[in-house]
Amino acid sequence: MPINIEEIRSQFPVLHQEVNGKPLVYFDNAATTQKPFSVMQAINGYYELDNSNIHRGAHTLADRATRYFENTRTAVKNFINAKEDAEIIFTKGTTESINLVAATFGRMEIGKGDEIIISTMEHHSNIVPWQMLSKEKGAILKIIPISEAGEIDIENFKKLLTEKTKLVSIVHVSNALGTINPVEEIIKLAHEVGAKVLLDGAQSTNHLEVDVQKLDCDFLAFSAHKLYGPTGLGVLYGKREILENMPPYQGGGEMIKEVSFEKTTYNDIPFKFEAGTPNIADVIAFGKAIEFIEELGKKAIKQHEDELLNYATKALNDIKGFIPVGTSKEKVSVISFNINGMHPFDVGMMLDANGIAVRTGHHCTQPLMQRLGLEGTVRASFSVYNTKSEIDQMVTSVAKIAKIKNK
Amino acid sequence: MSSIQDVQNEIIGEFEILGDDKESTIFYIMELGSNLPEFPDTERKDENIIKGCQSKVWLTAGMKEDKIQFLADSNTDITKGLISLLIRVLSGRTPQEIINAELSFIDKIGMGNIIGSQRSNGLAAMIKQMKLYALAYQAKQNA
Ligand SMILES: Cc1ncc(COP(=O)(O)O)c(C=O)c1O
Repeated sequence: MPINIEEIRSQFPVLHQEVNGKPLVYFDNAATTQKPFSVMQAINGYYELDNSNIHRGAHTLADRATRYFENTRTAVKNFINAKEDAEIIFTKGTTESINLVAATFGRMEIGKGDEIIISTMEHHSNIVPWQMLSKEKGAILKIIPISEAGEIDIENFKKLLTEKTKLVSIVHVSNALGTINPVEEIIKLAHEVGAKVLLDGAQSTNHLEVDVQKLDCDFLAFSAHKLYGPTGLGVLYGKREILENMPPYQGGGEMIKEVSFEKTTYNDIPFKFEAGTPNIADVIAFGKAIEFIEELGKKAIKQHEDELLNYATKALNDIKGFIPVGTSKEKVSVISFNINGMHPFDVGMMLDANGIAVRTGHHCTQPLMQRLGLEGTVRASFSVYNTKSEIDQMVTSVAKIAKIKNK
Repeated sequence: MSSIQDVQNEIIGEFEILGDDKESTIFYIMELGSNLPEFPDTERKDENIIKGCQSKVWLTAGMKEDKIQFLADSNTDITKGLISLLIRVLSGRTPQEIINAELSFIDKIGMGNIIGSQRSNGLAAMIKQMKLYALAYQAKQNA
């Protein structure tokens, strides 16, 4: 069933405003998506009616809050088709999820001379934790090269794999280019040499069906705020047998079974990795964000976003001076580009003057920009609430801006 | 030569004519940048880059008849326009004038709203660097 865009837009109050005298066109969805009413209401509702600390209280409010909190864990489990709730750990976001794996699994499993493989198109949050770990352990960080179009050639990946490879940590969908990576094959090949695979799903979970059992990834990291949910909240999925063997991440309340000054026994997963009072309100609200997605259906969302992507790509390609960056055959609704003779910052600022919000710069992927020989790009990323008429507005503006230097 | 305050008033007048339209204001700033004098390639080196700007900005200064002459460049057109405004106000002044200068035109034309907070920080870094040059030249004169 095609989606009803006006009905969807009516759920996002932030979209209905003017910026610099023009109707807002929000095309910075890869940075963070907007939130529907239901998510905001859930945050308010929790504080108005249910606020209490979870898992410990013996009273009704605590019981209710715990139930709502754990309901979201189940919703996340279903959302990515994990086997059980215990495989879902709440974190601050993708960044913390990756750091958690580096600090626990990484510290335990990766030693001197071992190898970690990442790709050229990683977000800094999937580079720096592995650099830190490699430095600490004397491990080797290997980088999968990419083509000019922004694609990984699986043959190049195969060449890097050895029996020393302990972990492949790779972005499922590139935030800077929109490329969808062939992760199913990567996971299979990595498992053949006994390596574990972490998927950075920050940009895939909102566009694609991500089924962790079908993919057979060992870890999946993603952020609620890119899924119409609250900021500062994320998920780490891990397979039970791996999580159980991992040492704890942080010490404190919630993560323990019993504490004496001599000895502490740790709680079971997932609580072993959730020290301290969690972000209860936002977790509960995240449940509403998942509901929003599932009511529409990922298929319908993807279809709408692909339509916008194709429509915009075609129109922009006709503009003199328009240089697309990242032209992978498999892409989500992200368009990275430059204008011949102009700096992306200037293009971004001029689009903003027209009410159009895009991202400019290196998108936290400096090594990727270096590989492509660019200082940065302008990135327009589309979401389910965007429309063709918004794209028309952007195309008109880009054409006008490009004309300055491309007569 | 008109005073620093006179030049600032001139600029305020120009931006008043542009009114509230952000797009034409930005086009105007970019156009100012295109009139910036040629920056020598030999000066486009790392030690002349101003720290604290998101885009690259190179700045040098020289002394001519007790007056400081600034030369600057950037890799983005809007930033070039901002530099050209600063040069228009501050270049060809004595070190003391530059040190004492209060650049009220920036607030008066609502620059913060036009260029946003990141570029505003960059602009502040440029002004600071120009004042540092003035202090250094003054110290040299007094030595
Ligand atoms: C591919 C990718 N990885 C990681 C992150 C980091 O996410 P967060 O800042 O929510 O931790 C992002 C967000 O920009 C991303 O796009």
